Amino acid sequence: MSKQLGIRALVVLTLLLGTAYVGWRWLFSVNWPNWWIALPLVVAETYALVDAYLFGLTVWRIRERGPAPEVLGTETVDVLITTYDEPVELVVETARAARRIRFPHETWILDDGDRAEMRTAAAELGIGYITRTQDWHDRPRHAKAGNLNNALFATHGEFMLILDADQVPDPAILDRTLGWFQDDEVALVQTPQWFTNVTDDDPLGSQAPLFYGPIQQGKDGWNAAFFCGSNAVLRREALMQLGIVGYVREVEAAVADALRTSSRLLARAEEHAAASGPTAVTAIHEVTAAATAARSDLAAGTPVSQVTYAFQQRVDASARLIVDEDLAAIRADLREIGALDDVPQFDEQLGELVVDDAALDQLAAREMSPLAAIESVRQLVQAVDVDRSHEAQPMMPMATLSVTEDMATCMRLHAMGWRSVYHHEVLAHGLAPDDLGTMLKQRLRWAQGTLQVMLKENPLVQKGLSIPQRLMYFSTMWSYLSGFAALVFLAAPFVYLVFGVLPVKAYGLTFLAFFLPYIVVNQLLFLVVGRGKKTWRGHQYSFALFPLWIRACWTAAANVWFRRPLGFVVTPKTTATDEPRPFPWRLVAPQLVAALLLLLAVAIGAVRVWTGAADSIIGTGVNVGWVAYDLLVLSVIWKAALYRGAPRQTISEKEHSL
Amino acid sequence: MMQVHTSTIGDATVLRCDGRLTMVAAPTLRSAIDEAVSGGQVRLVVDLAGTSFVDSSGLGALVAGLKRARQAGGDLRIASAQEQVRMVLNLTNLDRILEPFDSVGDAVHGW
Repeated sequence: MSKQLGIRALVVLTLLLGTAYVGWRWLFSVNWPNWWIALPLVVAETYALVDAYLFGLTVWRIRERGPAPEVLGTETVDVLITTYDEPVELVVETARAARRIRFPHETWILDDGDRAEMRTAAAELGIGYITRTQDWHDRPRHAKAGNLNNALFATHGEFMLILDADQVPDPAILDRTLGWFQDDEVALVQTPQWFTNVTDDDPLGSQAPLFYGPIQQGKDGWNAAFFCGSNAVLRREALMQLGIVGYVREVEAAVADALRTSSRLLARAEEHAAASGPTAVTAIHEVTAAATAARSDLAAGTPVSQVTYAFQQRVDASARLIVDEDLAAIRADLREIGALDDVPQFDEQLGELVVDDAALDQLAAREMSPLAAIESVRQLVQAVDVDRSHEAQPMMPMATLSVTEDMATCMRLHAMGWRSVYHHEVLAHGLAPDDLGTMLKQRLRWAQGTLQVMLKENPLVQKGLSIPQRLMYFSTMWSYLSGFAALVFLAAPFVYLVFGVLPVKAYGLTFLAFFLPYIVVNQLLFLVVGRGKKTWRGHQYSFALFPLWIRACWTAAANVWFRRPLGFVVTPKTTATDEPRPFPWRLVAPQLVAALLLLLAVAIGAVRVWTGAADSIIGTGVNVGWVAYDLLVLSVIWKAALYRGAPRQTISEKEHSL
Repeated sequence: MMQVHTSTIGDATVLRCDGRLTMVAAPTLRSAIDEAVSGGQVRLVVDLAGTSFVDSSGLGALVAGLKRARQAGGDLRIASAQEQVRMVLNLTNLDRILEPFDSVGDAVHGW
């Protein structure tokens, strides 16, 4: 408790000093004549202060839970191992370990790659093997979320442990976590991700001790512990509820959306129909009336199933108008043909076309309706229905709105009132990317996914979430905007040292008096919260990967607003791991250029002091110090580029010590 | 959008319908048939090899074409109907009047 008190004192102090500093910056020290750098700088500093507030809130109520309650022993559990293209041996190793989990369970390999050798391996191990059903053919696959959604309807345990293909579980993983579910409101228990193939120095920053530690524990304090996609146990009932609620919401939204745009579409359809005759026009009028009625019924709160059924019936009836007219014309034509003397085989009897009511209905129903010839009508009719025929299955419990299904799913669970638990004990050991290219690809994916969620389902306005929960989700999203701030923090010292352009009125003693206490206390807070763990890597990367974060922002925005594909980091092909890999110049070019420019700036700054062109020694000193900090932070990317994975024996030693 | 391509085999005119023969497309076929018959070509084969779908209006256009050809002393035959088209012809019993020939060659043979 006393430690928590100390953290709170530091939080209050940091925020007071930070607010004073940023307040002073806005009110008294923005050098407006150089607004083009002065304004971005003060905005970037404000961004960082907001980040500090969110961090302060996160660590305000760190929850250290200790061991879970005893398991009941009656729980039924499925262990689901998700794979797409990982080597079969790797998946098999995970599956063997999964089979060794002590608590009774069933183990399944969810093979999205549908590989024969994977199927054989699963059969040899005597465990379940699941691939996508036929329903997924030609429909959106939704990556890992789709893989899990498919498996949810092929398994039946009360709980499911989700493991990525490389996450080797501890035999005790279920015994240690299932007890938390005795609280009926708990939907999720997340355990840390820990990587075995990482050196102590961890140049790629794979271990996330700040996140799988104080941050998750802090979020847990606000009942906002995140689901991270693997090493987590989920309650099936909660997911299914999510699936049902989601299904209803999606259907209602899709139907309402289709009906809202229907008048414009049907006006255009009427123009098309005019060429096909007056009956077609009448039929379109009928459809329009049906759409109007459906819209007002929906607004009046009539269940969507009734609304859509009534609408479909009326559309079929209007199609019948055309079918009846067509068949009447066909009968008349046939009668005339039969009446022609030289065609003896057509007598009166054949002239009457035999069509029963069932056949007429079939000709007017959706599949064969003449109205479907008008594309806009066909689309409308398809949209005003409850089967979500554009998706492989109507229910998608795992959220599919983002490339990172975990965060969105978790947010929806929280919004429905479910609780989550962060269990701070390493119970699975995985493999981290061991080269910069793969690591960048993974980080870009996470950032894009998180930003997609922010843009599509902004946590700040989600009903059902408490204010702190909203802020906990927002905090993670906010942190991914750091690339823009980093750019400014690189540019500001450069323009001062090279051109003497001041973004701040003066880099004098007043500046230092406001700035130094804030930054010192802020660092102290991180030190105390980090409890001696290596949190520096994380800090470095949140700054040093600025090109990646910026790219994540604009690709996610282009994807959500303009439906552009997200795109990938193109990584150099790595051949066999024993061969020397070339230095990835292209991946680190922006950081190298930034570093060289900063070094150049220091040299020019020194010359300007020497020649007396610089107007302040303190200013130059502050900015050289600033550059030094920037370079120290950026240096991680150089280390990462040189990194060639952990030496083999390190891995096996670590495995023995498990 | 459906397209009608016209060609001749001997004294028969072949109208190939590529696409969906629907309410929207039916007028195109009707006018192609009108044009052929007005030009004195009264032996017509509608090649349905490329027709993936037909609705009641499409059927109407075929029967109207049959009438037009018969009245001009000729005939209209259909060839190479696909699965959905055969199903609809069967559903309406129209296959007893418009017998689907397996190929354009079969349809032209014996005229």
